[in-house]
Amino acid sequence: MTRPNQKIILDFVCYALLLLGAVLMVGPFLWMVSTSFKLPGDQFTKTLIPPTFTFDNFRELFSVDISFPLLFWNSAYISILTTVGQLLTCAMAAFCFAVVKFKGRELLFTLLLLTLLIPPQVTLIPDFIIFKYLHLIGTSVPLWLPAFWGGAFGTFLLRQYFLTIPRDLVDAARVDGASLIQIFWKIYMPLGKPALAALAIFTFQGAWNDLLHPLVYMPSVPNTMLTVGLAFFQQQMSHGGKFTVLMAGALISILPLLIVFFFAQKLFIEGIALSGVKR
Amino acid sequence: MEYGLKPLGREKFWLWALLTPTLIGLLFGALGSVIATLLLSFAKWDLLTPPSWAGIVNYVNLFHDEKLLLSLTNTIKFTALYVPGVVIISLFVAVLMNRKIRGVSLFRTAYFLPAVTSAVATALVWNMIYGRDTGILNFILERFGLQPVCWLCTENAMYAVIIVNIWGAIGEGMIIFLAGLTAIPREYYEAAEMDGANGFNQFFRITLPLVTPSIFFQTLISTINAFQAYDYIYMLTRRGQGDSSVPVVVFSIYRNAWNFFNYGGASAQAIELTVIVAALMAFYFWLERRYVVYE
Repeated sequence: MTRPNQKIILDFVCYALLLLGAVLMVGPFLWMVSTSFKLPGDQFTKTLIPPTFTFDNFRELFSVDISFPLLFWNSAYISILTTVGQLLTCAMAAFCFAVVKFKGRELLFTLLLLTLLIPPQVTLIPDFIIFKYLHLIGTSVPLWLPAFWGGAFGTFLLRQYFLTIPRDLVDAARVDGASLIQIFWKIYMPLGKPALAALAIFTFQGAWNDLLHPLVYMPSVPNTMLTVGLAFFQQQMSHGGKFTVLMAGALISILPLLIVFFFAQKLFIEGIALSGVKR
Repeated sequence: MEYGLKPLGREKFWLWALLTPTLIGLLFGALGSVIATLLLSFAKWDLLTPPSWAGIVNYVNLFHDEKLLLSLTNTIKFTALYVPGVVIISLFVAVLMNRKIRGVSLFRTAYFLPAVTSAVATALVWNMIYGRDTGILNFILERFGLQPVCWLCTENAMYAVIIVNIWGAIGEGMIIFLAGLTAIPREYYEAAEMDGANGFNQFFRITLPLVTPSIFFQTLISTINAFQAYDYIYMLTRRGQGDSSVPVVVFSIYRNAWNFFNYGGASAQAIELTVIVAALMAFYFWLERRYVVYE
């Protein structure tokens, strides 16, 4: 067999395998979309195209006794506050670690990286006890407040990026009499945009999709986040046997992230590569 | 390396101001929590009555209480199957995608989709797919003349959950491996081609050794994720009274603390989790020194 022939066969095999994999990866999403447009009576039909097409499941979301608009609003503002807190405090620390020379820098940075090894379950119990004594269980404060004291992952990611910004810029700014804060705010924050955007997406995604923390801090409907609401909704709908409405709720809950993903796909992917390769 | 901006005069104050949130996090969030959880693990406390000293009872229970022991073996079993699954499949997918073929970016989007969306939402549809009498999976199996499987029954639930967890993790693993693969110089393959090495040889002699840093990183991340896996397990296997058909350690911590108000016992489990993860990390770094090839 000649070489070019071999390449064509190999390409074909690759395509076939990738296509099969893609069906397995996307299949559940198609099934979700399809079911959410089916009539409740058709919920278990095994066709991808709904026998009868309906919007009723989405309309019904507004009439169930879980308030989806409230869940949506809670998830949105908690995720946004978390993102703002992380971006700000991680960038502040990352700038110090990447740019400024000070005593104990290496030690502090190493300590920070070590905290990556602490499972969230270890901090969860003492945090819960503290927030309980502050009478904050059932409110959203325990969910977003910890985002305002920095974090190893975000600081590490931003520091790696800040290190790639040319030092000449800092020297030039210094000659012009710029202060530390000005260098941080006018040089590093604008130039760090790609890494900041990547971190923003990760943080938002993590907060939006989080189940464990809202389950501990805002455990009961109606005033909770989308994830807990959906878990509760699942029990309710499974007993009532209305999977179509459940799928409509699931679809609505992933829509914001899907939209962000399609527009900022490059950032998602480059962000992961950034955290994994440049070590 | 030793270059660094020197703070002038009052800028020292601003430097520490910038670092303050992180210092608070380190002191209270990290160090404080670890100490508090350690102390709690030697106590008996339901948060309603005053705490009392429990000695090592909570730790003895870890190995005597059947439920706690089961959660530990479940976590270990889960990790042992999940980590190789994620690493091997995502490496395989990345190798396929690393060829110069059309439509790769479309495939990349498709494979990354589960990594973006919430496990809670996708678990809802997996729950339907796994349905015993009504699910599409059994429908397909029967079409091929196979017996239907009770996917979420106790004897199979572990595997069903591992499949979904791997499905959700392939996207990120694939990106890590693609980044590692594209960093391998083309010339290596061209030289190998000249020497007549076939694709099989090229993979095992060039690709695999040079991608070991990515394998190391992905194994590390997957292990940490495996020990913290919760969302899919909660959504697919939970039963009444905070129980699950696949109770892993994290599930058991939650149940102990927030269903049984046994905060001491839950803390001991959290410490158990930390110690095992730390030991595994140490082992991985030992392996790294011996086997990982850095150019």
